[in-house]
Amino acid sequence: MTLQTMLLVAAALFSVGLYGAISQQVVVMVMMGLELMLNGVILAAAAFWWFLSPTPDGQVLLLVVITAMTVEMAMGFAVATLLHRSRQSDMTDMATDLSR
Amino acid sequence: MLTGIVFWVLAVVAVAAGVAVFRVDSMARATYALAASFIAVGLVLLLVDLEFLGVITVLMMTMEMAVMGIYMIMFMGMNPALMPMSMVHGKRPALVVSIGTFVVLAAGALLVPWPTRRGAPAADLVTSLGEAIMESKMLVMMTVSPVLFATIVAALVLALPRGRYDRLGDDLRAGKAPR
Repeated sequence: MTLQTMLLVAAALFSVGLYGAISQQVVVMVMMGLELMLNGVILAAAAFWWFLSPTPDGQVLLLVVITAMTVEMAMGFAVATLLHRSRQSDMTDMATDLSR
Repeated sequence: MLTGIVFWVLAVVAVAAGVAVFRVDSMARATYALAASFIAVGLVLLLVDLEFLGVITVLMMTMEMAVMGIYMIMFMGMNPALMPMSMVHGKRPALVVSIGTFVVLAAGALLVPWPTRRGAPAADLVTSLGEAIMESKMLVMMTVSPVLFATIVAALVLALPRGRYDRLGDDLRAGKAPR
């Protein structure tokens, strides 16, 4: 277990998540992609913390990343609920007008 | 040696489960796969002595995936959530972008001359994290707290249906409810 191997695994997780976030049509599946990307970020941050500078600062940074994940999940579910209520749909393709 | 073997097993599980999220037939199975990926990463955190954050990751993600499963059943109905489905768009460009991203990140991981480790971890990492939160990094936590509170309020405002205070629409002085 080295810094490089942990970063490689983190890169793989991030890339798989990116594929899902770009390609999926269902809002909840897009959220899953984003969660997987953050999963990779958590692993990379833990690797940097352990192999470069194992101070409490790095742990606090990880805590902030986990908080960001929580916020993403809560807002994603709220938007999914709103979309479903107003349009009876949970597909991103049905909400492209929101980008205008 | 044992740590290395456990790491590689968990790494393979994490990535394979991550791939399975977008390969399995149903969204319910995708939820389980994502939970497995998160649990594997949480266990890797335990390998590098991040006990508190590792346990938090495992517990939080297990609950989150349970909530996600409920959402899928709620929005899509029980059967569609468990039935085979494929709802993707732009599969090929997404594949190209994700593979390109992996190549760039992997090249960075392997080619950058990373510095050697500075300092040693504290004897009790959980205590050191607690002290950092309550002392030198208190500003971070004081920023995170209102962000979480704002998230709760914003999520409720978005998710709740319009109530009695919105019965007149945007023009509250109109005096009568819209038909």
